[in-house]
Amino acid sequence: MKAKVYVNLKPGVLDPQGKAIQHSVELLGFSGISDIRQGKYFEIGLDSAFGEAAARESVSRMAREVLSNPITEDFSVEIEA
Amino acid sequence: MKFGVIVFPGSNCDHDAYHVISKHVGQPVDFIWHRDTSLSSYDAVIIPGGFSYGDYLRAGALARFSPVMNSVKKFAQSGRFVLGICNGFQILCEAGLLPGALIRNRDLHFICEHIFVRVEIADTAFTNELERGSVLRLPIAHAEGNYICDDDTFAALKREDRIIVRYCDKDGGVTDVANPNGSRDNIAGICNHERNVLGLMPHPERACEDLLGSSDGRGIFRSLAATLAAVA
Repeated sequence: MKAKVYVNLKPGVLDPQGKAIQHSVELLGFSGISDIRQGKYFEIGLDSAFGEAAARESVSRMAREVLSNPITEDFSVEIEA
Repeated sequence: MKFGVIVFPGSNCDHDAYHVISKHVGQPVDFIWHRDTSLSSYDAVIIPGGFSYGDYLRAGALARFSPVMNSVKKFAQSGRFVLGICNGFQILCEAGLLPGALIRNRDLHFICEHIFVRVEIADTAFTNELERGSVLRLPIAHAEGNYICDDDTFAALKREDRIIVRYCDKDGGVTDVANPNGSRDNIAGICNHERNVLGLMPHPERACEDLLGSSDGRGIFRSLAATLAAVA
C-alpha cells in the first residue's frame, strides 16, 4: 500500500521559485503559461495491514503535522492499494 | 545567571553565540546538545543560526522534533527567556513558539550582507539597553528570511507592540528598498505574546566586535543580561 502526499503553497503565498521556473520555461519558447507553482511530492510506503480509511487518517495527520506548514502550505493525500 | 546555547546537527553559529555570552556578556554559558532535555539550570537559552538538519523539508522543520524542543517549550511557558537567531527564528516559528513563517527570499537569493534594522520597541527583555528608533548595523545570512503571517496575526503583532526590529536604511527609514528579503512590513524580529521569546533574522552575535565590522549586536545580549540581573 502506498500513500502519495502533495504539498503546495497556499494561493497568495509568493513563490519566487515557481516564477523563476516559469521565466526559464518561457525563454525556451513555451508560451501560454499563466502560472507555475512549485510544490513537494512524497511517496510513503505503508504496511498492507492498514485499511484505506486508517491509512488516509494517519497520512493526513503526518502531512498536517510534519510534511506541510499549515501557515504557508496546503496538502492533499491519495491512497493506492 | 546562566545561558545555554542549543546545538542541533547543522547549527553553525553556536560558537559565535557562546563566545559573545562568555566574552562580552561575561556570564556562564553551556552548549546544550539537541538530545538533552534538561534546561532546569538555565535562565535563558539561545537557539543559534545554521542549517539544522540541512534545512531538509523546510528550514527549521525537523529541528522542531528534536528532544530538546519539548523542553524549550516548557522553558518558555515557565517565563524564562528564549532567543532564536536566523535558523533559530525559523525553528521557533515551526515549533509554534512564534507566529507566522519564514519563506524563500523574494528574489530567491541567499543573502549574506550587513543590513540595518531599526529598534521599534525598547522596553523588552531583549532591547532595554537600546533606544527606540536607534539603528543597528547587523549581518544577515539566509535564503528563507521572508516573514509572512496572516492579517489577524499581523494586526495582533502591531497592536501588542511585538514587532521589535524592522529592516531600514542607514538613517532609519523603513522602505521597501531597505527590505532585503520581502518580509511583511519589513519585519526582522518579533516576540511572542508573553514577550519572553524573541526571533531575529539578523545575527547580533556576529556583530559584537568592531573587527568584524560592527559591534551593534552587543546591545541585544546586554539587554538580556540586564533583564536576568534584575530578575535574580
